[in-house]
Amino acid sequence: MTIKKIAAIAGSLLALSTGMVQAQAVKIGIGAEPYPPFSSADAAGNWNGWEIDIMGAICEEAKLECKITPVAWDGLIAALNGNKIDVIMASLSITQERSKQIDFTQKYYSTPSVIVGDKSLTMDATPASLEGKILGVQMGSIHRSYALKHFKGVELKEYQTQDEANQDLVAGRIDATQADSLPMSDFVASSDGGCCEIKGEVAPDVEVFGPGIGAGVRKSQPELTEKLNAAIKAIRANGKYDEISKRYFDFDIYGG
Amino acid sequence: MLKKPAPIARFAPHRIILALISAAVVGYMIYFLRWDWLADYSDKIWIGLWRTVWLLALSVLFGFLLALPLGLAQANGPKPLAIMANSFCTVIRGTPLLLQLWLIYYGLGSIFPTIPSIRQSELWPYLRQAWPYALFTLSISFAAYEAEIMRGAFAGVPKGELEAARAIGMSRWQCFRRILLPRAFYRALPTLGGEVVLQMKATPLVATITMIDIYAVFSKVRQDTFITYEPLLFLALIYIVLAALLTLVFKHIENRNPVH
Amino acid sequence: MQLIADISTSLSLLAFSPPGWGGALLKGLLSSLQIALGGYGLGLLIGIAGACGKLYGNAVCRDLLGCYTTAVRAVPELVLILLLYYAGSDLVNQVLHWLSYPPIDINGLVAGIFVIGIVQGAYSTEVIRGAMSAIPVGHIEAAFACGMRPWQVLKRIILPEMLVHALPGLSNLWLIATKDTALLAVVGFTELTLITKQAAGGTKHHMLFYCAAGLLYLSVTLISNWGIKKLDNHLRHTKAST
Repeated sequence: MTIKKIAAIAGSLLALSTGMVQAQAVKIGIGAEPYPPFSSADAAGNWNGWEIDIMGAICEEAKLECKITPVAWDGLIAALNGNKIDVIMASLSITQERSKQIDFTQKYYSTPSVIVGDKSLTMDATPASLEGKILGVQMGSIHRSYALKHFKGVELKEYQTQDEANQDLVAGRIDATQADSLPMSDFVASSDGGCCEIKGEVAPDVEVFGPGIGAGVRKSQPELTEKLNAAIKAIRANGKYDEISKRYFDFDIYGG
Repeated sequence: MLKKPAPIARFAPHRIILALISAAVVGYMIYFLRWDWLADYSDKIWIGLWRTVWLLALSVLFGFLLALPLGLAQANGPKPLAIMANSFCTVIRGTPLLLQLWLIYYGLGSIFPTIPSIRQSELWPYLRQAWPYALFTLSISFAAYEAEIMRGAFAGVPKGELEAARAIGMSRWQCFRRILLPRAFYRALPTLGGEVVLQMKATPLVATITMIDIYAVFSKVRQDTFITYEPLLFLALIYIVLAALLTLVFKHIENRNPVH
Repeated sequence: MQLIADISTSLSLLAFSPPGWGGALLKGLLSSLQIALGGYGLGLLIGIAGACGKLYGNAVCRDLLGCYTTAVRAVPELVLILLLYYAGSDLVNQVLHWLSYPPIDINGLVAGIFVIGIVQGAYSTEVIRGAMSAIPVGHIEAAFACGMRPWQVLKRIILPEMLVHALPGLSNLWLIATKDTALLAVVGFTELTLITKQAAGGTKHHMLFYCAAGLLYLSVTLISNWGIKKLDNHLRHTKAST
């Protein structure tokens, strides 16, 4: 009897502690790491950057109450399918492999993939020049898939966040890293990235890179995908998108 | 209701039923979950497992060797040494291992670019890799926890035995090697197995500093295949088997304990 | 002079109000402590229930509890956290769906508490079981003879007597709970260690922030040790005087 009572009490406490709040706000998952100029947390704990601002505009347009939810980037898709978040807006490229797991909205920006390396090393973005080098990539990224496919003689080192790969590049533990060109331009322009320079864009491969970066949505919620698609189209049309982008970039980030 | 629970017969009826239920669950998992990735990754899994095992073995060995002076200093050493050893253990035991790993790996990594001579040194090819940092941090951590046990073990060796050994003319070193060390070791042995299992449970943290141990291999599987639960369940199974093997080995060593 | 300037810019990064990260670190510490407290509390409840089950439950209950404690104590916390963090809320919502309730929003804090609680529960089951079996059976028999209900026996006899024996083990578990919260950084939960990493990455002052966070964790441990000592003295004193 005692056990039953304790179990009942423990059960009800557990139920209470899980906070029976019904899901209302749409939880937007972002990578829990500094990824300037797209998303990074300031000392006050507020997230800001281009992607955060665009997210705000999209949510406003779609009349959604959105809540930023930082998740480990390499766990975003698992978190989406496990109902921990409702939408992914974390510079996630639309690829065939990922499309088997989740739905994507149309793209909302695109960025080429570049090789960034130590200034003292001569290399470009070709397989031949990278042979024998140590290349840092982020776990689960398109850059990792690309490097695995195209750079055969390269030693790959995988990081949970791109920020860690950048740190090891500065520390000299890796010779180069492959990543999105926009944040990397920011990185090499920073005081920390003085060691390194952009060595070049890798040859395109649509199969790996896909058409661009979109928001990820669970397959069971096509109506949410539609809503977001409509909102992206609307902010592209009404000038909101360009207004936000001008604050961060001096070129068209949407791409062709 | 009050009596001490009676031991359960090994093949009590409910156990057979439980075994059947779990067999059914396992069968369900084998048939309905996805395991096709296992064949593709079996080589990598073995390499990862090997890395985990040697990292565990070496960190336990180095940690234990370091725990001896730390424990001895706290038990029998002069006061300043005892305080130093004690504060070292308090600091290591009082902070999360993950934080220590990141401090050692990324903290030191941020210092390297400021000292150009490090990159020219002969140690640089090693310092570029992750395993020296992982091994160092894990050894230090094991030493701090084991030193606490060794302190008690050293303090528990009867003073009379040491005095007798001194009286028959043994040197201090002989006393340590022949009396103090073996006695303390066998006193600490019953807890050592548990400590090694705890250390094994700490090893996957090294994956966060790019070391490709068994945990990191399964992270890759999850990334490549987008399967979340199956790799994690299989990984858990591997660790359970490892823990069981470790427990068996230490039970065996303990039973051969010649002192008691 | 350069050195002094360096040190003062470093320290200004730790200022409490933005752009200093001191306030953010303390906020992170607070959420770490929240999870540690919640998880520890949940672990204690599981531990008490589990220990009762292991000591007084029937054979099936004992075997199932044995599986739980063995498995949790053999699998690394990091793996358990990943499993429970992703699977946990999914499972709860599937059960709710099955019972035709609407899905609930399980935030990171609750998920963290749940995960740490499940892990802690396995260890505290063993600690409490050991402490309970040290209670003389006569005390419990006497309490029943006085006509106490089982619930009263647990509350008035077993738990208070058990506490003295269990204190060393339980206080050790508390220290482990405070440190295990750091593992939630790996799933992206914003607690002290993750904020430290973000601050270090954002400002490039790695050593400074990791050392600062280390000091915060260390002070939690030292304050806890002090409190545990007080509690221990108090318990021993009350036990001696009765």
